[in-house]
Amino acid sequence: MSKFKKGEKKTVGSISTASLPDIVFMLLFFFMVTTVMREVELKVDYRPTTADQITKLEEKSLVSYIYIGKPLSTKIFGTVPRIQLNDSFAEPEQIRDFIAAKREQLNENDRPKMTVSLKIDKKVEMGIVTDVKQELRKASALKINYSTNEGDPVEALRSRR
Amino acid sequence: MARRQLQEINAGSMADIAFLLLIFFLVSTTMDTDSGILRRLPPMPEEETKDEQVDVKERNIFVVLVNRNDQLLVEGELMNIKDLREATKEFIVNPNDDPDLPAKEIVDVKYFGPVEITKKHVISLQNDRGTSYEMYIAVQNELVAAYSELRDELCMKKWGKKFDDLDSEKDEDKIEAVETIYDRKISEAEPRNVGG
Repeated sequence: MSKFKKGEKKTVGSISTASLPDIVFMLLFFFMVTTVMREVELKVDYRPTTADQITKLEEKSLVSYIYIGKPLSTKIFGTVPRIQLNDSFAEPEQIRDFIAAKREQLNENDRPKMTVSLKIDKKVEMGIVTDVKQELRKASALKINYSTNEGDPVEALRSRR
Repeated sequence: MARRQLQEINAGSMADIAFLLLIFFLVSTTMDTDSGILRRLPPMPEEETKDEQVDVKERNIFVVLVNRNDQLLVEGELMNIKDLREATKEFIVNPNDDPDLPAKEIVDVKYFGPVEITKKHVISLQNDRGTSYEMYIAVQNELVAAYSELRDELCMKKWGKKFDDLDSEKDEDKIEAVETIYDRKISEAEPRNVGG
């Protein structure tokens, strides 16, 4: 053992941490630039379906979101799928006001380009979706996007069974 | 004048502050890019106009029904979803001039010259209130995929690249030409209970 102890004294100087703030700042700026704040606090269970014919939504500022799914806290709200607008549950009739409010926030030139992104849980039945679509038509928000993940939907359907 | 020696500020805690901010942004960030199937809803019909019977010949309609058990009925026959894409493509193109598939018309298209197009075809999609959303999206996806594949095939043959790779500004005419030949006509029936 003592064989190893008696080497020359070679102390490695501690690594300078002076550049650490620079590195951290670099990361910080990266995240600050790429970040998008969460629009809403999710109150419904949302697991997207898959599809492969998808388009990316370009301008986030022109997109409004509607969530549909089972409430997360099933003890209080039950298990029937609900619609979530902004931060609260809503009935289909409220969609028209929601769309009107969102449209009001947009620049006049951008209003025709407004898109509604439907984030719907895959277990939801079409009844409520149809109601929402009818309301969107009444509100003449005709550009919609069924939000999905990328993948093969036929495969996904088969694996479900 | 007496100058006081300015002491250097200790920058040792700079890293800590930056870390704090960094962690905040890390937590609040969502990296997900939103993507999905883009569709246009038909405008709501005016109150006064009664339900007009639009005269479309039977051969020009491709009826797709989905019942509440997620079963698919295409043109009156049960079909597995994995066959839907091919069936749709055959309907749109009508390669063998089948009298049961949509009628063709000769249209003069830029770049292509006179082309036979099944101009009046319509794909009609109907679903029940009990159909699962997953199934509905799968059907929508297959219908859209049929068109995309046809467009890609056409572009490959003509210009050697896919439809999506055409430049939206430079090749505007080309895109328009392809879209005239394979115009997406997916219509969704006014909701009602299909039953099943």
